[in-house]
Amino acid sequence: MIDEELVQLLTPEGERVSHPEYESTLSGEEILGLYRDMVIIRRLCNESTSLQRQGQLALWAPVQGQEAAQIGAGRALAPTDFTFPTYREHGIAWCRGVPPEDMLRLFRAVSNGGWDPQKYRHSVPTIVLGNQALHAVGYAMGVQRDGAEEAVMTFFGDGASSQGDVLESFVWAASFNAPIVFFCQNNQWGISTPMSTQSKIPLYHRAHGFGFPGVRVDGNDVLAVYEVTKRALESARVGGGPTLIEAYTYRLGAHTTSDDPTRYRIDAEVEVWKHRDPIERVKSLLVREFKIKAGVFDDIVAEADVLALKLRDDVLAMDRPDPRTMFDNAYATPHPLIDEGLRDMVELGVGGGAH
Amino acid sequence: MSEQIFLLPDVGEGLVEAEIVAWKVNVGDVVTLNQPLVDIETAKATVELPSPYAGTIVTLHGNVGDVMEVHKPLITFEVGGDGPKATTADVEAPPISTPSVEKREAVLVGYGVTNEEGIATRTHRRQGTSARVIPPTANAPTSASTPASSSPRSTPPVRLYAKQHGLDIATLTGTGRDGLITRHDVEQALSGTPASTPARATAAPTGPLTTSRFVGRDLAPWATGPKEERIPVKGVLRSMADAMTQSAFSAPHAAVWMRVDVTRTMELLASLKGRPALGSTKLSPLTIVALALCDAARHYPGINSSFDAANGEVVVRRRVNLGIAADTPRGLIVPNIKDADQLDLVAMAQAQAILVEKARAGTTTPNEMMGTTLTITNVGPFGVDAAMPILPPGTGAILAVGRFAKAPWVVDDEVVVRYVSELAMSFDHRQVDGALASRVLAHVARFLEDPAAALLVG
Repeated sequence: MIDEELVQLLTPEGERVSHPEYESTLSGEEILGLYRDMVIIRRLCNESTSLQRQGQLALWAPVQGQEAAQIGAGRALAPTDFTFPTYREHGIAWCRGVPPEDMLRLFRAVSNGGWDPQKYRHSVPTIVLGNQALHAVGYAMGVQRDGAEEAVMTFFGDGASSQGDVLESFVWAASFNAPIVFFCQNNQWGISTPMSTQSKIPLYHRAHGFGFPGVRVDGNDVLAVYEVTKRALESARVGGGPTLIEAYTYRLGAHTTSDDPTRYRIDAEVEVWKHRDPIERVKSLLVREFKIKAGVFDDIVAEADVLALKLRDDVLAMDRPDPRTMFDNAYATPHPLIDEGLRDMVELGVGGGAH
Repeated sequence: MSEQIFLLPDVGEGLVEAEIVAWKVNVGDVVTLNQPLVDIETAKATVELPSPYAGTIVTLHGNVGDVMEVHKPLITFEVGGDGPKATTADVEAPPISTPSVEKREAVLVGYGVTNEEGIATRTHRRQGTSARVIPPTANAPTSASTPASSSPRSTPPVRLYAKQHGLDIATLTGTGRDGLITRHDVEQALSGTPASTPARATAAPTGPLTTSRFVGRDLAPWATGPKEERIPVKGVLRSMADAMTQSAFSAPHAAVWMRVDVTRTMELLASLKGRPALGSTKLSPLTIVALALCDAARHYPGINSSFDAANGEVVVRRRVNLGIAADTPRGLIVPNIKDADQLDLVAMAQAQAILVEKARAGTTTPNEMMGTTLTITNVGPFGVDAAMPILPPGTGAILAVGRFAKAPWVVDDEVVVRYVSELAMSFDHRQVDGALASRVLAHVARFLEDPAAALLVG
């Protein structure tokens, strides 16, 4: 299933493999850091799913299985780079420094976003499929006009790769040689649409048709994702133009908490991908090559548990905002239709003393 | 210590109810935070709810099979002094009271809004519970969605229909939902009769006082039940209706049937009964029928096929996912035994036992109902001789098995008493013809007539 052009530096068994174009530059300490990131983000994601099942979040989009793709890409970014995520990029948000509780504000329906994009150089989640690719290319063209040495990275999935927005953004990025990395997490399922229906060719091949390079990386290999992303970002910052990275991975859980994947895919497929788990392979490398002791791993699990409990407390303590504030940032200046909507809402008995 | 009530959350963006599939805890159990409590089935998915508290279970507010309303009590806990702060599923409870005419649709990220399935009449259901519905006041608009100057509410086809018949619909009073003028209203106006008919005098109720099962519920007795009852088409009933409609109107059905002497099958079952090798596994005639049908598929793979109209192809499968029609408390479901052709006698019996047990308990997963290639429906236990079944969609054939009963039978020109059963098989006549279906059924019959010989040949 995985073709030979896949960039891989660490096998599912945790063995290093060589690649003609890429090699891992990370120290043991740095690899342990990536491991910690992945364990924590999986733990926080599990807690978030529980919170949704307990009625505390309206929705949640699980990230299980895609931790290496996100942490590898997220840690390859420079602080000055700018990122445009979908609603599943919790690992990227973590790497950008967004506090975990802020990631849940949107899903608890107490915010239209959750954080200040400028503060973390990380845009708020885009729910509309693929739309963020256009925002990202526009931003990248601005970076280009500022003459800044910054890269922009946008995220989307195999499903969104079929959206017009994404394909149009490819055209613009290529035409203007914009400093952007398109990071596609191919998790094999666009909700219930399998990859075999989504595209008849490997997704990274599409880049060639638009006139920029595409590369497929083992999205469950955090070392490979880190190196491939780092190189693409460096290229973008110095005028090398766009790159499409296809991180070949798998969504182990549901599309969102509203989805039941057992209705459209078989258990055997999930089992195959569980053997390619992104976290376990790093652990076995750390044990074998860097002689990391069990106690270190236990400490990371304990740290993740503490963070998960803090996340729970923070979420349960969130105030419900005045519903009228949801209109605040739709337009920069007053708008008659917004005013009308607000008036109707108030007449219907909303607003006022909400908390 | 204090009591905390866990309200059934909306786990799927706009759902109004969920059915309890299985409790994983009992009253009195001490549970930890996030420990699995219960499986619930919604219109979208079967999901497991983790505990929002560490504490003791005081009350379970429903039984398996009960359909519970969202935001109503599900479990009462006793928790320690410094329990979690939030006590209720409050994310979805809107501070906004919406007019009762509004319908909300469940929206799944990435799906967009559709008009199918899961249209939640949330506001209607909430009216009694939210305590925040505000009566219209003088200066409030009477309806948020209807501008004051609008024309009477109707639909374009009905407007056209009225116009074609020279009728001004502004003169009509609508009897549809929220005063909608329907085609019926127009027809009534054209025929000069009032839209509503007076109720007839009610006759005194007569009839038995027994209840009976229908579409997964107990029907009230003839004598005391309402004169007319409307039952929402949803859940298992919806699945059955959709599958049968799809199949009946896409697959041209034809059938073959024959009577078969199953005495030796009965003798084989009797001779194997209680053998230590079987352990607790129970054999039934259905086990032998399943082996027979799988064996027939191995000899005639064409029967194990489906007609893929979209791609203009017939799909032949060399694995049998054997569907078993199961009469469950929730209604008819057809879970299947995956790769049934790979199973021997004991494995087949065990697989059937598990399948039936899960179906009765309501724990069959959607995956276990997908990918059926051939089906058996066993109507014998209901005491009938035969049935003419409808194919589950996407399958080549379905075998109905009648009761195994003693009957006169001719052996060597003598009339003797034998165990006889009637087999009937419907097939998709787009790809399967009568000749193939006849061969398959005859093969099944030969197997049942002499199972020992069939097992020997394999």
